[in-house]
Amino acid sequence: MSDFWILLTGSLVAACCGIVGVFLVLRKMAMIGDAISHSVMPGIVIAFLMSGSRDSLLMMFAALVFGVFTTFLIGMFERGGIQSDASIGVVFTALFAIGVILVSLFARQVHLDQDAILYGEIAFVHWNLWEIGGVSMGPKAVWLLGFTLFVIVAVIGLLYKQFKLCSFDPALAAAIGIPVAFFHYLLMGLVSMATVSSFESVGAILVVGMLIVPASTAYLLTDRLGMMIVLSVAVGIASTFLGYGASVWLDASIAGCMVCAAGVLFIIAFLFSPKHGLVSRKLRQRSLAAAANG
Amino acid sequence: MLNFMAMLADPNMQWIFFGCLLLGLSSGVIGSFSYLRKQSLVGDTLAHAALPGICIAFMLTGVKSIGIFLIGAGIAGVIATFGIGYITRHSRLKQDAALGIVLSVFFGLGIVLLTFIQHGDYGNQSGLDKFLFGQAAAMVGSDVVTMSVICLSLVTICTLFFKQFKLISFDPGFAKGIGYPVALLEQLLMLLIVVAVVVGIQAVGVVLIAALLITPAVSARYWTNRLGVMVALSGLFGALSGALGTWVSSSVTNLPTGPVTVLAATLFFFVSVLFGPQRGLIAKRLVRLRVKKSFLLEKELRAEPMKGETAL
Amino acid sequence: MSEAAKHLRQEQGPAPLSVSGLSVAYQKKPVLKGVTFDVNEGELIGVIGPNGAGKSTMMKAALGLIPSIGGEVLVYGRPVKAQRKLIGYVPQRESVDWDFPTNALDVVLMGTYGRLGWFGRPGAKEKAQALECLEKVGMADFADRQISQLSGGQQQRVFLARALAQNAKLYFMDEPFAGVDAATEKAIITLLQELKKQGKTVIVVHHDLATVQQYFDSVLLLNVELQAYGPTAETFTQEKLQRTYGGRLAFLDHSLIQGGSGQSCDRGDRTC
Repeated sequence: MSDFWILLTGSLVAACCGIVGVFLVLRKMAMIGDAISHSVMPGIVIAFLMSGSRDSLLMMFAALVFGVFTTFLIGMFERGGIQSDASIGVVFTALFAIGVILVSLFARQVHLDQDAILYGEIAFVHWNLWEIGGVSMGPKAVWLLGFTLFVIVAVIGLLYKQFKLCSFDPALAAAIGIPVAFFHYLLMGLVSMATVSSFESVGAILVVGMLIVPASTAYLLTDRLGMMIVLSVAVGIASTFLGYGASVWLDASIAGCMVCAAGVLFIIAFLFSPKHGLVSRKLRQRSLAAAANG
Repeated sequence: MLNFMAMLADPNMQWIFFGCLLLGLSSGVIGSFSYLRKQSLVGDTLAHAALPGICIAFMLTGVKSIGIFLIGAGIAGVIATFGIGYITRHSRLKQDAALGIVLSVFFGLGIVLLTFIQHGDYGNQSGLDKFLFGQAAAMVGSDVVTMSVICLSLVTICTLFFKQFKLISFDPGFAKGIGYPVALLEQLLMLLIVVAVVVGIQAVGVVLIAALLITPAVSARYWTNRLGVMVALSGLFGALSGALGTWVSSSVTNLPTGPVTVLAATLFFFVSVLFGPQRGLIAKRLVRLRVKKSFLLEKELRAEPMKGETAL
Repeated sequence: MSEAAKHLRQEQGPAPLSVSGLSVAYQKKPVLKGVTFDVNEGELIGVIGPNGAGKSTMMKAALGLIPSIGGEVLVYGRPVKAQRKLIGYVPQRESVDWDFPTNALDVVLMGTYGRLGWFGRPGAKEKAQALECLEKVGMADFADRQISQLSGGQQQRVFLARALAQNAKLYFMDEPFAGVDAATEKAIITLLQELKKQGKTVIVVHHDLATVQQYFDSVLLLNVELQAYGPTAETFTQEKLQRTYGGRLAFLDHSLIQGGSGQSCDRGDRTC
């Protein structure tokens, strides 16, 4: 049974991250995903300290606030004339530092350790069950991720054209009256939600992997946005299964193996994608050259 | 102040204190160049990418020492840099995605190797975790000596090659034109970043070492328009942050050095953002207000004649 | 504007675009100072001025895309924010990422987003209309083409088709002629003429002084401040251009401005 829950959790993480990741990659904001995944940490710790429990919704809310706050700060410094990657670096390290300090000062009270935050504990998802009136409803993480996925699909599904236009041509979006800033922060909110619900299972840095690597792989495979989202989720789920298989075989970190699997799939797409792959482009060039010479 | 003196009285702490100070100095100096080359997050990526290198070095030798880790991390760093460049050159992915991919996949690989180490038969692996999250107080004398020597040589190299680094940061095309080996110099700079990252990891941790490369440099940029001054200031901010970080964390139990150092650097950053003489928030606000005021005044004075003129 | 024109205006209803005292400042110095003008319905208006004169800035500020420090912009008598559906906009081609995963038809469909409301989706009707717009710019055969595989001129035509799909009454175009091939230039100008025939108003930021007289009914000379505005014949004169461009006009060919023919200069404000 634990296999099933781990795979389901991993697939849900892949779906949540895969969808929002596409927009991060297209808007050249991949490293903002990295920043958010680190800087939600003080939010989570504060939620822990306030409630004294792993109350998922409160945690989600706190992370949401910190995620949006992070992007707000980054945007503010950027407008103030700091290069965008430098402002990302300054903001997320500062917030992460606050998070680590809070953990080390209050770690004993909250049963929260750095390892869990960095590596996740997907192997234990099926231990942390959600019970209603003594009846087990399955792992908490699955419910949390399911809820997040529902929100992401609903928001992006309903407002697809706005997200698309804001990513492709924000100037036109603003000119026809779409509130571009609102959609920016809405997307960041979704990224924060995806991050915090995946956090417990795969850890901070591997969330980044699931946000960016499958979406980048999909970007190399298709020229349609809708298809890119589908492929991104599919690649993420495939990485989950491959990674889990590898981790059982090698007796190694599950989350680590999942990201490595995503990396392998990326390399395959990078080399062999029919349209944008390195090898196929080389072959095309060669056949063109041959045609020209012959 | 009292425990500051007490800290300095302890010979081991003395070393650690000066080690962190030198670390802040050298990463501040190097960070200025990577900031100007718009590569601030490369340091972050290299820090994460160093993990598999460190793990492999440890697995091969079974020894926990900076020198050996440096070699492993250096090799991993070179591969990572190559990977980032290769992805951006040969696909339509942009730099940010390439950084993210390399960062997360290398780190994922590192974590897999780390579990191997934990499950395997590697004797004194327990310290490796500490090593990755940064705990300056856990460093032993020889580590600190190595760290200090390396940091000093980093600063020396930057001083020697100041002119070259300045030019490749500002105008690599021109540098190539006057016959500088630009590719080589860029590699050298990258190597310096890798070295700074690896020596810093033990004191500050993987995630936060990026801050020592970025934050002091950004802060320094607020105070001056001259590169030389900026590099010196950045080094100074870094050194002060390192010193403050060690001092505060050594006086409170359970407080790790890395985050405190980073927060100290962030404090300098906020001060710079607010009070920087030209670029600072306050200075800018004042200028803007003045422009708006003088402009509105001028407009009032000329409003009528202007209308007549434009209605041609 | 003369009294007679003012009188006419009142009979016709509010102007498509009425800008008064529009000012924008980046950091220290104002980049746009007290710009005031009214646009006549059904005209093609060229916005001319040296680099850094604030041409694009003026357009963006008029559209409310960047904050202004003073001034008012009315579109058909109401604030621009309330009239977005009447406005079509063609941003500079470089402002978007052409690697975006989408095809030409899809980009044109984006033009219909404005009137679809928050949750509406483009349907068969919008698709048919988008195809029609692609046809008008001679790009119907490229509907399925990924946008990065189009040439610069073709990309520009897709952008124009998108603006057509917006079905607006007032168009803003930011340097549509920049870096396009002769065929595209011709296609654009035919399109502008057609828009004019339909009674639409088009404001174009333009770089090429040699073609101004040929293309535009009115010109607006801008260099931070409004230098001159009016019918091309009266406004596009040596003296007014001199004032707009300052010393930089010295190398301009006389015949270019007077006759508009026989010149060998294709980029007016650059060295020939």
